[in-house]
Amino acid sequence: MSEVDLSVNLGGIKMNNPVTVASGTFGYGREYADLVDITQLGAVTVKGIRLEPWGGNDLPRHVEVPGGMVNAIGLQGPGVDGFVNEYMPFLLEKGVPVIVNIWGTSLEEYAEVAARLSDVEGICGLELNISCPNVKEGGNAFGTDPKTVAKLVASVRAATKLPLMPKLAPNVSDIKPFVRAAQESGADAISLINTIPAMVIDIESRTPVLSNKVGGLSGSAIHPVAVKLVWEAAQAATVPILAMGGIVAAEQAIEFMIAGATSVAVGTANFIDPSTSIAVINGIQDYLERHEMKSATELTGSIILNK
Amino acid sequence: MFDFLCKVKEHPHVTDDYMLIQLHAGKLAEQARPGQFVHIRIPGLEKTSLRRPFSIYNSEDGILSILYKAVGRGTEVMQSLQPDSELQVIGPLGNGFPLDGSGEPLLVAGGYGVAPLYFLATRLNRKGVLLVGGRTAEDILAIDKFKELGWRVVVATNDGSMGEKGFVTVPLLRELESCKAAGKEVEMFSCGPDAMLKAVGEMAIKSNSKAWLSLDKHMVCGVGACLACVQKLHKPDGSTWIGRVCSDGPIFEAGEIVW
Repeated sequence: MSEVDLSVNLGGIKMNNPVTVASGTFGYGREYADLVDITQLGAVTVKGIRLEPWGGNDLPRHVEVPGGMVNAIGLQGPGVDGFVNEYMPFLLEKGVPVIVNIWGTSLEEYAEVAARLSDVEGICGLELNISCPNVKEGGNAFGTDPKTVAKLVASVRAATKLPLMPKLAPNVSDIKPFVRAAQESGADAISLINTIPAMVIDIESRTPVLSNKVGGLSGSAIHPVAVKLVWEAAQAATVPILAMGGIVAAEQAIEFMIAGATSVAVGTANFIDPSTSIAVINGIQDYLERHEMKSATELTGSIILNK
Repeated sequence: MFDFLCKVKEHPHVTDDYMLIQLHAGKLAEQARPGQFVHIRIPGLEKTSLRRPFSIYNSEDGILSILYKAVGRGTEVMQSLQPDSELQVIGPLGNGFPLDGSGEPLLVAGGYGVAPLYFLATRLNRKGVLLVGGRTAEDILAIDKFKELGWRVVVATNDGSMGEKGFVTVPLLRELESCKAAGKEVEMFSCGPDAMLKAVGEMAIKSNSKAWLSLDKHMVCGVGACLACVQKLHKPDGSTWIGRVCSDGPIFEAGEIVW
């Protein structure tokens, strides 16, 4: 038996290991349960939920690009009641910690979603989606001004005792004011990065490939961008960080943790190889043993800048 | 549903453009039902490339076969796979065709849409007619295999290079009318381009028959998680919902689809 302690505390979200999945890439857990033992994950992060069911964008909703994909799904989802009734019982039975990604088109809607999820057994934290590039209202509209982030986090904070974790947008000139705004308004953790706003044009028809015209880039291509932002965020953060962006193997997860992340999320790689998250857990353990570290938390922020 | 490492048994060309890849797929092959599909990670593409979905052409004794044409980057790379090479396959996925219906089965295929219909013909408890259309004779595949199973085959090509000239919906209408004249119920099963599926569906609704249409959409996860391949559908109560082609389909009854 290994003596390495993989457990982490992500702002009150207790995880047996640092690895979860990125919202939107793993459905509600059930979809992948035949292929992945989801009870091994540190937590399952489910797709974005707003108050009522939401239909999302027209097709095409995605396009493959070198090193990843651009998507504009548009946050299709079953709403709070649909999620709680249809999907939560399965997750509760599995006993895996559940992080719910939530969104809305007003401060009031975010707060109401948070309040309604607060007493649902099995939910251990909320990720506030303030950075989705694919919906006209809500999402990114709340995430590109630190003052709005502060207001939003404060209003959700007043509505729930669950650990709160705003998911920050990568397309800002300086990430630190957003980190400060979030934590000073009551965030328990920070999550980053969301997809990077992107566009693909079909040169024969000269039309945008996505029906939404623009979307969000994810996959390997964005990993170094995410590492830099996590590293910068860590310099301002007094709360733990959940890092994501282009993890395809343990190496990228370890890189995020060295840069300052407490936990990591596997995203687009789930689509390509559903066993990636389990391989990342095992790879982190191997790395810790090889480097004679006793716990995953030792890795967090262990970057050496002046060698 | 399994994520299974399959070894290539054989990978011959069936025509200049079309290839048949046969995979040792064990329990995945055993559980596969007609109309279901597999999601393949194509070796040789860069590691971050998405999987590609393929309908199942046949499954027999643990060997799963896929009939395909190189139409893009993934299938172009796939063409070069040699026997004994290995690839990661998720499947069987999707709902599949219903096998317990009744009535004269009319299978309507457009080009390589014939693939899942062949698997269906091998498992259906009754025989009927395959109507297959394509642009030219080159696109008409596997018709001898249907004949071996005892199915009647009707061919239509756009350029008239095989069978009758024109769309496959012309002979389909004829078959529908002759079944109606004989007082026979029909059940249609179709796979091919959207325009053809839509026409088949409209003919089914008009003639009060069932038509099971296999939709083809670009997919990402293949298991219902990402919501990239959705389709607007009617509910029995008249309202609509947005289903996932990969996991709620790919087979939908014609009356369900909101085109």
